[in-house]
Amino acid sequence: MPVLLGALLLGLALLALLAFGPDLRRALWARRRSPRSPRHHLHDPGRERRAELKARELLRSVVGEEQYSMYRELGFIRSSGGGSGYGYLIYPQRPIVAFEEQSGEPLNEYCVLFPELDAEANGERLPDADDVLAKWMALSGDERGLIGDANMHAPGKTHDPARVRRDLLRLREWEGRRAAA
Amino acid sequence: MKPGHGDVLLAEGDVEVAEDEERLIEEFRRQLDEGMWAAVPSAPAGRREATMVRDFAEVPRDAERVIFFPKAAGG
Repeated sequence: MPVLLGALLLGLALLALLAFGPDLRRALWARRRSPRSPRHHLHDPGRERRAELKARELLRSVVGEEQYSMYRELGFIRSSGGGSGYGYLIYPQRPIVAFEEQSGEPLNEYCVLFPELDAEANGERLPDADDVLAKWMALSGDERGLIGDANMHAPGKTHDPARVRRDLLRLREWEGRRAAA
Repeated sequence: MKPGHGDVLLAEGDVEVAEDEERLIEEFRRQLDEGMWAAVPSAPAGRREATMVRDFAEVPRDAERVIFFPKAAGG
């Protein structure tokens, strides 16, 4: 009986090796090949939340109370485009949208990223409010430079144009309420 | 600004104190050498804006802070 059980276990082990062998070899090879590859941080939503709260405080201190309220209530901020009849909607982690102020029509999308430079960042990105602030500062300080670095697309590449129009309408109503208050 | 963390204080000091200024210049250069962009926020006449600076000499003497953030790239 013990001999039969031993043979059965050996058989199962052989079957497992046949079934998972290539994956196991690949996994072992990957480990040997990059023994010092950085460890991935465990997902910690609390950490992300704390980073976002911190980033919001910085955003508020730089752009002021009104723009900060806009971000908090509408999810984006508006930046004027050098006083030439157009402006920008700055969304977190999504392309900037240029729009015509008079008609409220979206003009273009500008896709811009702030890639991590820190090896320890390990695939993490800026908190949403920091991403918005980085775009706002770059637009404010060097609009041409930022737009030159960005990939330009017609409206609709990433943002749904109907959604952008709705956001512009929400913005107009929001500004109207602020002005009336 | 640091991915996953929010802002981190890198250095602080009074530019009128030589030792502090030297330390601030050193940190400024280190950040730019690492490929960061630097911006100085301000609010002249109540209008919020930011100025991009590429040299410590461009930072206004009365600036409260310089914010470093990763250089932009087309996405």
